[in-house]
Amino acid sequence: MIEFHLDARSGVPAYLQLVQQVRQAIRLGILRDGDQLPTVKEVVAMLTINPNTVLHAYRQLDLEGLVEGRRGVGTFVAAGPPTSPPVDDLKALRSSLERWVARARAAGLDDEGIRALFAEAVRPETESRVA
Amino acid sequence: MSDIAVRTSELGKRYRDGWALRDCTLEIPAGSVTALVGPNGAGKTTLLHLVIGLSRQTSGTVEVLGLSPRSDAKAVLPRLGFVAQDHPLYRALTIAETFTLGRRLNAQWDEGFARERAGRLGLDLDKKVGKLSGGQQAQVALTMALAKRPDVLVLDEPVASLDPLARREFLNGVLEAVVETGMTVILSSHIVSELERVCDHLITLADSRTQLAGSIREIVAGHRLLTGPRSDAASVARIHDVIRETHTERQTTLLVRANGHVYDSCWEQHEVDLEEIVLAYLGYRPGMRDTSPAREAVPS
Repeated sequence: MIEFHLDARSGVPAYLQLVQQVRQAIRLGILRDGDQLPTVKEVVAMLTINPNTVLHAYRQLDLEGLVEGRRGVGTFVAAGPPTSPPVDDLKALRSSLERWVARARAAGLDDEGIRALFAEAVRPETESRVA
Repeated sequence: MSDIAVRTSELGKRYRDGWALRDCTLEIPAGSVTALVGPNGAGKTTLLHLVIGLSRQTSGTVEVLGLSPRSDAKAVLPRLGFVAQDHPLYRALTIAETFTLGRRLNAQWDEGFARERAGRLGLDLDKKVGKLSGGQQAQVALTMALAKRPDVLVLDEPVASLDPLARREFLNGVLEAVVETGMTVILSSHIVSELERVCDHLITLADSRTQLAGSIREIVAGHRLLTGPRSDAASVARIHDVIRETHTERQTTLLVRANGHVYDSCWEQHEVDLEEIVLAYLGYRPGMRDTSPAREAVPS
């Protein structure tokens, strides 16, 4: 079961934080096919959050094909989430990224500099996808 | 049930010393949790009292569940739950006696629900209300309102006097009831920060008038903070509504309600959070101590 948390200072709307946390959990294999998401009532009690916000997040995830709502039963992670690469690939990518971070630190970059560089490297692909 | 729980049109209330509420036109969707926000004395309590039929308007109309809360009081009142500011209760009564009072005063009363809820909260039914903590008293008041099984729950400054933990527990109780029953909730507050996650709709009141009313998601999506080299706001104001404009020697910052996209490339655009939007509507200017003067609270 996934445990949601909200960062009030992030500036990211609450429903989007929930969406991102489910996406992330699926990507990292914390949530797998057929796992049940917490019910709306459980999320409301967990976070003191408006129920419509939770419904909105779950609808968004349903539209993206990541989860499916089963009437009267609950919301479940959909079969074969398209975004999750095999665990071995993830491990290899992570360790090469860790090596890269170590090199950046050795070159004198601080955390902010590393994030800025990383964001810049990621951006062109994102923008071309939007356009 | 109609899709609108509360509808007002040019609603106004005048007391001897002036208008406490003016030209208030708004709709509160059924099933929403709506925050009514504004400084003390802005007219929040006045509006809530008109909604529940506790006072009569000077002008305009108010409808609750499609009916007038005063001329159709018999039909409306059983469907309304209300918790007044500082949740007044009879301190000398025990919780059980308080529930008995609720049962006698209300045509519709779910004693089983009241006792079950009190038990779940760890409240001792034989304890005198006056001996309870502030948070527990608030929970008793909320239980009283919920045991009527209302369609519309009206809360006047419900959490202002509570500590953070009691606030959480109180709001959890409200939201749980929303999930279970789909009721409409209207709650007033002068604190914005906590409301964003609890509420889905928002109304701001300042100086007896409403400025902003609608879905929080749309309100946040519709506003932008623009920063750029010092200039006047006229070109932006032709297309968008400039809510607040501030200047330093070399920089201009505008908070705008955007009508469509902002294309002008000399402005850098930023998202802006609800609290800042609300403060801008209520007249707050960064760097200025003096905000628009709120009128003194009107006795109700």
